[in-house]
Amino acid sequence: MAAIEIRNAVKIYQDQQRKRDLLALDTVNLTVEKNDFLCLLGPSGCGKSTLLNMIAGFESVSSGEILVDGKPVTGPGADRGMVFQQPTLMPWLTVWENIAFHLKLRGVHKAARREEAQLYIDMVGLTGFENHYPNELSGGMASRVGIARALLLNPAVILMDEPFAALDAQTRMDMQEELVAIWQKHQGTVVFVTHSVEEALVLGTKIAVMSCRPGRLGELIPLDLPYPRDITEAAFNDRKRHILARFKAEADKARKSAAA
Amino acid sequence: MLHLIRRGERLVVPFLLIIGWEIFSRSGLLPAALLPAPSIVLHSWADWAFAIDGSSQTYSGHWLSDALASCLRVLTGYAIATASGVLLGIAIGWWRWVERTIEPTVQMIRPIPPVSWIPLAIIWFGIADKPAIFLVFLGAFFPILLNTIHGVKTSDRNLIRAAAMMGATEQQMLRQVIFPAALPSIMAGLRIGIGSAWMLTVTAEMVAVKSGIGYVLWDSYYFLRYDLVLAAMVSIGLLGYGTDLLLKLLMQSTLRWQRGQTVQGR
Repeated sequence: MAAIEIRNAVKIYQDQQRKRDLLALDTVNLTVEKNDFLCLLGPSGCGKSTLLNMIAGFESVSSGEILVDGKPVTGPGADRGMVFQQPTLMPWLTVWENIAFHLKLRGVHKAARREEAQLYIDMVGLTGFENHYPNELSGGMASRVGIARALLLNPAVILMDEPFAALDAQTRMDMQEELVAIWQKHQGTVVFVTHSVEEALVLGTKIAVMSCRPGRLGELIPLDLPYPRDITEAAFNDRKRHILARFKAEADKARKSAAA
Repeated sequence: MLHLIRRGERLVVPFLLIIGWEIFSRSGLLPAALLPAPSIVLHSWADWAFAIDGSSQTYSGHWLSDALASCLRVLTGYAIATASGVLLGIAIGWWRWVERTIEPTVQMIRPIPPVSWIPLAIIWFGIADKPAIFLVFLGAFFPILLNTIHGVKTSDRNLIRAAAMMGATEQQMLRQVIFPAALPSIMAGLRIGIGSAWMLTVTAEMVAVKSGIGYVLWDSYYFLRYDLVLAAMVSIGLLGYGTDLLLKLLMQSTLRWQRGQTVQGR
């Protein structure tokens, strides 16, 4: 069974002020297999976050359906771990309490929570920062906490909404490398939203390219380059050129239709 | 050394004020009975507190019980206001239907000055603790309520999403996400509320109660004992300052996670 199945998903927003409907996502069909690392790639405003939020259950589909592990999505739940664009940590909880928040909700007692949190703290390399508060962390450390928190749910899929967009270039590269290492060790299905062609090429086993207004799913590109990926390699650059050419064609088309 | 100078800084203004006041009172520009010098106020106060020579007459040695009576009223009314203000504030901030049904009424009652409830408070509760507690409640309730609503409404939507993602039920969401997220704002409301609580205790004691520091203040005014009036005023100031200090300590321990968020990073 596929990890995620999206069948004819459509999202329409009602614009109350202008009294008209806005088609955000137009009939998306997509199947994500178990242990895929799928990157949803597209420019800002193309509906890729909307699609991710619909998988997470924060937004509903206007028509069509989304199945995770064969069950239709009806709302948010711990079977889908989300890593947000902002770290969104509870500022009043320490690092370990943030990571183990799910266990607290399930009524697990403190010693067991602390012990389990430690596994994930070590996994994302935050050993020694267990008792720090979020405002004492750097951006990179905060996103590590966000990742550890999602991993602890041990979810069927992990959804990531441009989690590294706010980091500086160096930290972002480090985080990408570590994410791949964790994913290889941990195994699991990941859907990763990004607007960076290079990031998608560094991370994914598959790239789904999205186009704009309305958001449509374009090409699904499988990537068989070995990890860790070398961004200066010829094969890497071939793919990058291919995707950039597609983007340019899309942009030209959009400009023409806007002018017409 | 620098440390000692720093600590001294906050005493400079009160010290100069008292010296100036002492000199002014003794200069004879005003009749001494109208503006008693600080030394006289201190003397009467000492008698009020420790019964040293009976100069404060019937109040001699009664300060502690007067202060306790006022404190108890403040505490009771304030506790009721805190519990109801926080609970109702969270409900109004979280559920739209509660907001729609209750908030307009609350906003209509809010502009009515709590003191204007005194006549009703007296006929409902008589002359005793209850009208004072009722007034304290009214004074403290609204700032606590409004700040709680504000705190809930401005709590980060993404935190709610994160908690939903981790499987929080609505009750868990309110207790473990919304309440702590609103806590800085609730604390601000509590600090405004304690100020109103003292103001209204004293007001109530001047009119509707026969004990407490406010009562001593008003009674001394009838007997032309302005030294005791001043001693009562300073007592209220100190007690109010003390309760605010306690709140500040509570704030520092519950909002520990906010440390290091000042502009200078201190």
